[in-house]
Amino acid sequence: MRRIVVNAELSPATHTGSAAGGVGHSIAHESAHKHVQGTAEYVDDLPLMPGTLFVATGQSSKPHARIRALDLSAVKSAPGVIDVIVQGDIPGKVDVAPVYAGDPLLAGDVVEFIGQPIFAVAATSFVEAQRAALLAKIDYEELPAQLTVEDSLAAQSFVLPQHQLLLGDPEANIESAPHQLSGEIYVRGQEHFYLEGQISEARLTEDGGIHVISSSQHPTELQKLVAEVLAIPFHLVVAEVRRMGGGFGGKESQAAPLACIAALFAQRNRRPVRYRMPRRDDMIQTGKRHDFLNRWKAGFDSDGKLLGVDMLLAGKCGFSPDLSEGIVDRAMFHADNAYFLNNARILGLRCKTHTVSNTAFRGFGGPKGMMAIETLLEDIARALGKDPLDVRKANLYQPGTDETPYGQKIEQHVLPELIERLEKSSDYRARRVAITEFNNTHRTLKKGIALTPVKFGISFTAKHLNQAGALLQIYTDGSLLINHGGTEMGQGLYTKIQQIVASAFGVSVHRVMVSSTRTDKVPNTSPTAASSGTDLNGMAAKDACDKIKADLIVFACEHFKITAEQIQFNNDVVVLGEQELAFPAFIKLAYLNRVALSATGHYRTPKIFYDRATAKGQPFLYFANGAAVSEVTLDCLTGEYKVERVDILHDVGKSLNPAIDIGQIEGGFIQGMGWLTTEELLWDEKGRIISNSPANYKIPTAFDVPDIFNVELFDEPNLENTIHLSKAVGEPPLMLAISVWAALRDACSSTTNYQFSPRLDTPATPERVYWALQECIAFNQPGESKALVTRGAI
Amino acid sequence: MRFVVNNVPVELAEAAADLTLLQYLRSQQHLMGTKEGCASGDCGACTVLVGRKGVDVMAYSTVNACICPLGSLQDCHIVTVEGLAAAPQEMHPVQTAMVECHGSQCGFCTAGFVVSLAGLQLAGGADLAEADIAVQRAAVIDAISGNLCRCTGYRPIIDAGLSALKKPAQVASFVQNWVPYAPLAGIDGEPARAYGRNLSDGVSDYWQPHTEAALQHLLVEYPQARLVAGGTDLMLEVTQQYKSLPQLIDLNRIDSLCAIHISDDEVVLGAAANYSTIEKALANLSPEFVALLARLGSRQIRNRGTLGGNICNASPIADAPPYLLVMDAELEIVDSSGNARRELLTNFYRDYKKTTLGVGEYLARIRIARAQLAQPLKLFKITKRYEDDISAVMGAFCWGGQTSNEFKIAFGGMAAIPKRASMTEQFLSNTEWCVAGDVDEEILAQACDLLHSEFSPLSDVRASAAYRMAMACNLLKKACYEFAAEASGKALETRLFSHA
Repeated sequence: MRRIVVNAELSPATHTGSAAGGVGHSIAHESAHKHVQGTAEYVDDLPLMPGTLFVATGQSSKPHARIRALDLSAVKSAPGVIDVIVQGDIPGKVDVAPVYAGDPLLAGDVVEFIGQPIFAVAATSFVEAQRAALLAKIDYEELPAQLTVEDSLAAQSFVLPQHQLLLGDPEANIESAPHQLSGEIYVRGQEHFYLEGQISEARLTEDGGIHVISSSQHPTELQKLVAEVLAIPFHLVVAEVRRMGGGFGGKESQAAPLACIAALFAQRNRRPVRYRMPRRDDMIQTGKRHDFLNRWKAGFDSDGKLLGVDMLLAGKCGFSPDLSEGIVDRAMFHADNAYFLNNARILGLRCKTHTVSNTAFRGFGGPKGMMAIETLLEDIARALGKDPLDVRKANLYQPGTDETPYGQKIEQHVLPELIERLEKSSDYRARRVAITEFNNTHRTLKKGIALTPVKFGISFTAKHLNQAGALLQIYTDGSLLINHGGTEMGQGLYTKIQQIVASAFGVSVHRVMVSSTRTDKVPNTSPTAASSGTDLNGMAAKDACDKIKADLIVFACEHFKITAEQIQFNNDVVVLGEQELAFPAFIKLAYLNRVALSATGHYRTPKIFYDRATAKGQPFLYFANGAAVSEVTLDCLTGEYKVERVDILHDVGKSLNPAIDIGQIEGGFIQGMGWLTTEELLWDEKGRIISNSPANYKIPTAFDVPDIFNVELFDEPNLENTIHLSKAVGEPPLMLAISVWAALRDACSSTTNYQFSPRLDTPATPERVYWALQECIAFNQPGESKALVTRGAI
Repeated sequence: MRFVVNNVPVELAEAAADLTLLQYLRSQQHLMGTKEGCASGDCGACTVLVGRKGVDVMAYSTVNACICPLGSLQDCHIVTVEGLAAAPQEMHPVQTAMVECHGSQCGFCTAGFVVSLAGLQLAGGADLAEADIAVQRAAVIDAISGNLCRCTGYRPIIDAGLSALKKPAQVASFVQNWVPYAPLAGIDGEPARAYGRNLSDGVSDYWQPHTEAALQHLLVEYPQARLVAGGTDLMLEVTQQYKSLPQLIDLNRIDSLCAIHISDDEVVLGAAANYSTIEKALANLSPEFVALLARLGSRQIRNRGTLGGNICNASPIADAPPYLLVMDAELEIVDSSGNARRELLTNFYRDYKKTTLGVGEYLARIRIARAQLAQPLKLFKITKRYEDDISAVMGAFCWGGQTSNEFKIAFGGMAAIPKRASMTEQFLSNTEWCVAGDVDEEILAQACDLLHSEFSPLSDVRASAAYRMAMACNLLKKACYEFAAEASGKALETRLFSHA
């Protein structure tokens, strides 16, 4: 039994030794040198094992149909084909759904979206597999398909039951408010477009098990599903992830089917199998960010303060639940964004459509909920003739008005001060005046500006996922090896873990190696998602460090006849009362004295709970905050625009690595800007996705980055006891980009002298901006009512 | 076929004609730093440098390895990310700058960015080092215009590019370090057949003739062969549709098809001249067109893609044809017997993806009169994303000025073919739409009515029909506002960007 020594020196969460490159330093990403030299290995770069097979799938060409006949003879006899499987060939579980049932690995009698895999081919080359997969003859009996949110609402067809948040009495308070408004916005989804497409390689072990090497945010789920599909125990499956070429949520649940199919072929053929999705298949076959149709009705006073809000958030889930329960929940939990709603009803619907099942994407529903409230507050501002910033500020959570619709009280009020600082540093008011002047003197060009805040809840809303494990080993040369349950997708998690471990022992980061995430090293891991990677795994790693350190201190006290207070770990040296030992020498001494130099660590997030029955609880440990000011110029003749300047102030608590945190903020912002501007997911009337390649789906390029792009950290410690009092940073900055959309709408509105907020669904492509401007022109026509314009109804 | 990969000379006798450079690098050279992100030339993760012997030095340009046929690289020096550093323990200045500026996150796109920025150093680093920061920034952004990054938001990559520009001397030394290892001076073969391979279902050949006579001979001999210049469109059949292209005839080494001749009367553009070459040649003669080329495709695409390809593809949304239509460009078309004919581009397009090009014919040269080039010109391209996107509407407007008043209008994206708006042109040419620098809105409204009668565009993934129609009218208006203002010497701000 390990003795845990409670020691005053060790227990504070912030205790760190001085370490070169440790916590708080802007060290480079742990793989940066490998990245720039092209030596960082991704799954497809691994040397091919002899006999490796390659996979392609045969895909449904109908959105909803019964398969009458499936003729695979031409597929089987095609050059290079070794094996072809259908659903009936799966020895174990067919359903690979992450939470609720509904995701068959291969379709059975019924297909539910265009692109759904019906069979899989293994061939001796990638091209042979792709060519063979096109040769199937499939006879379909077409069934009625619902392709849009509207179709689903009309049919009242949902993948999961609805859920509702209720605060106070919204009906009565909207009714009795001095002013009412209602409106609607359609917020389109987003393709992840990780640069490395989905990929898994499966290798058979001598025990009949599988070693699967994958690009996945959730190795444990891969392990579980591969074992279930093959009908073998979990301990025969090892899932390994060294790094991903981007994830963004798209490799949380969507990586598993590739691993399962590769494993199945490996088991059947006793050969290694590599399944890489080419870009087009990836864009057709894997889930995306949900579209949301948001409708609202609100009552407010003459200052623009909300008295009551009634909101409907309808997410387009696709054909199966996948992760849509949590995603729509998170949309609902963020439909208040940073604002006190006073009285609120927030109804979340999970619409079933015969399209690919939508999935996690950075923000996990949060961005869509925020779009609803931000649109609403702007409409209120225009209706009252106020600057939207003033209405936003008037509604911020403050001490006393701090209860969210789900019953959690806001405890750390960061935003009032943060916004005040940003408003000043960005010179918002003076620029507002200059913009009005510009707009008065320009006929076809108009400028707009907006400041929008973000308050984002940190923790998984599925409580059990809020835990993590780590395994630390120290070797006798003083080098350390840390494994943990999180995965590296570029966000810098491994780097931060390295820094946390280095600081715990006061050693240089170069002594600390972070190696592949493997289910045989750290079991039962949670997905690296919900911005929680560092919060959870950093604490688990620190727990492992603390355990070994406690044993080392006990040993040193006995060995050197000193007290714990006389021991310090600093700058690669251990101070032991009067004497010092280099860290490696001390570790070697500890080993010779039979001290255990390996430990597991574990962490579970405290305080959080949520009761679905009452829709009340404290689902989040804390909130990360930020705000952005964006300025745009638009061309009224075409709807084209340019983002001229962006200023961001973002709250990461006490930063573990400012350079990495700023990288997350800038990257998240630009990705969010793409979501709201140029990235347009489109399906045709038959249910086929037509934005199916980078030629017709446009993520931002370097040209789209504003020339002036100021990003600063709001460097205040977290009030909660998180790892070194830092805050999560992965998702929250994405929603700072709402300021770009709001600035575009502001520029449109300027053509009505800010009396009217046109509808501006997202993405606000030049075409949508153009039509919004036409709505403004119509508003300006003589004879049009200048009263508050209401659109849509609940 | 002979070429050099990094410091290794390669002799290759056998390969499939449609083998891409990326497939070759990854599967046969085991150089895994070059990645496949999209296999369609859209993301740049596969960017490599290709050096070809210029007048006296090697000239390096970036290409998308994923859609570059290996056979086109006879005598070339291919430099991948692994070959940039002078020695194994060293890094190229761009690599160092990328680490220092935190320019990588997931790292998958990184090698492509590094190679693109190294390419910028080679192409113009020394001059750029002295340039104004705005010029440097524009050059860096142009260099990485074909590289997508989904993690960083680009700011640190742009910073890394700017930072590396401060080290021109170091960069130059890296180039010198390559050359002794690369025995390119000795490579001077010219086999018309680069390589081939016996396939189970026939023979695969990649031909690279050096003269038009040789080309004509091959056209007779191999009537089924496909012509490839840059391959930026053709190779998508291989990488996206998994088709096999067993017989390819490459036009890149025929000097008479690649050359650009500028005389006092006309500009003659070889059909196989790539866009980057045209940009340099026309920088002063047609700055509007050169500015449009920056948006036609990424730097990598412009280093390979050709004007002849853009024309012969006959895509209704191609960017160059509307410009060439208002320039009254003339095509020189040659058949396999060497007989040439000339045809106005206006008459070349018959229907959707159909041209007058007959069996055995090829487009040799494009001719534009110098007098045309001198006329006031407006080019506008409407897309969802500013850079490297396909047009929803492409508008070209040319006005003879107040004396002749001849108005020429052409659109891409508005019909099944790139098309002149002849009725609207005629109306405006015969109407006084501009008086003392002021545009007569009433007349413009009538012109727009005519455009409505001349075009009925489609709705697709890029735009709705209604938006396309509205854009045709508004681009015409915008052109008129600008023409009128310029004619009267007024300053008029109508553009978000300085061009296109």
